[in-house]
Amino acid sequence: MTAAQATAPATAQAATRQATPRRTAWGVVRSVLYAVGLPLVLLAAWWVATADSESPFNPPLSEILATFGPTWFSGDSFADTRFVQDVLPSLGRLLVGYAIALVLGIGLGVLIGAVRPLRELAEPVLEFFRAIPPPVMVPVLMLFLGVGTSMRVFVIATGALWPILLNTVEGVRGLDPVLKDTARAFRFGRWGRVRRLMLPGASPQIVTGARQALSIAIILMVISEMFAARDGLGFSVVQFQRSFAVPEMWSGVIMLGLLGVLLSFVFRVATAAVLAWYHGYLRSQRGGA
Amino acid sequence: MSSPMLDVRALNKVYAGRGDPVEAIADLSFQVSDGELVCVVGPSGAGKTTLLRCLAGLLPATSGDVALAGEPVTGPPQGMAVVLQEYGRSLFPWMTVAQNVELPLKEKGVARGERSRLVGEALEAVGLADVGRSYPWQLSGGMQQRVAIARAAAYEPQVLLMDEPFAAVDAQTRFELEDLVRALWKGLGVTVVFVTHDIDEAIYLGERVLVLSARPTVLLEDVRVDLGAERDQLETRGAPEFARLRTHVYELVQQAKLGVRSLADARLTHAG
Ligand SMILES: Nc1ncnc2c1ncn2[C@@H]1O[C@H](COP(=O)(O)OP(=O)(O)OP(=O)(O)O)[C@@H](O)[C@H]1O
Ligand SMILES: [Mg+2]
Repeated sequence: MTAAQATAPATAQAATRQATPRRTAWGVVRSVLYAVGLPLVLLAAWWVATADSESPFNPPLSEILATFGPTWFSGDSFADTRFVQDVLPSLGRLLVGYAIALVLGIGLGVLIGAVRPLRELAEPVLEFFRAIPPPVMVPVLMLFLGVGTSMRVFVIATGALWPILLNTVEGVRGLDPVLKDTARAFRFGRWGRVRRLMLPGASPQIVTGARQALSIAIILMVISEMFAARDGLGFSVVQFQRSFAVPEMWSGVIMLGLLGVLLSFVFRVATAAVLAWYHGYLRSQRGGA
Repeated sequence: MSSPMLDVRALNKVYAGRGDPVEAIADLSFQVSDGELVCVVGPSGAGKTTLLRCLAGLLPATSGDVALAGEPVTGPPQGMAVVLQEYGRSLFPWMTVAQNVELPLKEKGVARGERSRLVGEALEAVGLADVGRSYPWQLSGGMQQRVAIARAAAYEPQVLLMDEPFAAVDAQTRFELEDLVRALWKGLGVTVVFVTHDIDEAIYLGERVLVLSARPTVLLEDVRVDLGAERDQLETRGAPEFARLRTHVYELVQQAKLGVRSLADARLTHAG
């Protein structure tokens, strides 16, 4: 290779573009302010608007917040609290259902996206299922699966499946044919093509689908607990409402909101590494660093 | 001479998609022996890419045969590397430059230590040793092109196919890359088929130049290039023999554009 080295062009480093903009301390502070700014304003507005409220259905925010702790975190022992008795089971069902949807959605999505005859066969059916609002499946599935945990997990899984599946199909189908030819020319094996071409290549779409699926899964978690349930966050909110424990009911709504924020934060952290390349790539395609 | 590395016999390719079938390659036969560097020129749309994809096993021939080292090519064969015309899009954007070069070696089953040696050497050879950790989209077009070449070189192929690899780089980089290809070719002892629409480039690089007719393609002439083993951008391009070949191939391509389909029919005014 010595002959080649002699002729090697030496312009390399100079042309490299800056990958990511530098993050200053002020930049971090500013993004935190942006993130919490609007919620704080809304809470303040809620607080002020309800401060003198006499309405039994719309108690002051101060009262709701005061009941938040006792409602969810009081009991003879920690294991007895509503947090452990209701919130954690909800969360467990959510995560199991969501995980099933992820595995099935990505697995089937890669298969359908990669095999053209399969795709042509499956696409109309997928569109049909996607068009059905998932909550409508709850009463249907109750008939088949009863009213236990498996029904609720199943509802979450089947509802969250579609955005993941359809986005994965889209992502795999949209792979650049030049990349596919490259993988073929270098004789990638079947598994190598899946792992090193399709999954990373479709990852932006997969993440998009997974994000939509997470919102759907949370909604279905609550809805599935409103039918003949014995525990769960959705069940608690309905129970409070029926017994006119209005501040407690509102605290359940807040708990649900907090859970959603927490989950989407975890989601963002978990997917940031997967998509780091994609953001840089998009920026370079737009012709700027 | 022993049996050829590449043997193309009565190759015919018809694209039968939606609409009318397109006959891209009418009838092509030629051979490339082990360690040769052969360039392919022809008018735009002549079927050069089609030919290369047939050689690479990426496209099935409609009829005729392609054989690599005596084995019929039915899919991408072992020991062959390809640099595609759309080189920028052929790099995996989610991997760094070094990972891109390494990936085919992983799939080939090369051991880790050997892999990092090959990757290092290949990047060194194309002058990109210091950008291994960058992503392809952070590089200029010419650098991306060199990554694609490094990836092919690290693969240690017996046969290297390149499709208009320098079409989109500036003239200066182009000269550097041409010398790089010559150097790699000599260093690796690899058989090279190099497609280009640039006549000067074909003559400068090749030991032979295959001139194709317009679509549907036949071989107009198999031109031998006697410019010696050592080529130099200034001296070689200034040599009288270079000028003679250049005139000859230029006229052939012009005739090809006018629809001439055999050397006998070609009206060459500057007979050399
Ligand atoms: N997938 C395809 N389906 C139908 N026709 C095609 C297809 N690919 C190429 N062709 C046709 O075959 C002919 C040869 O195309 P090819 O890409 O091989 O030409 P080329 O010599 O590489 O051209 P260029 O110099 O512009 O790269 C063209 O007329 C083109 O329209
Ligand atoms: Mg072409």
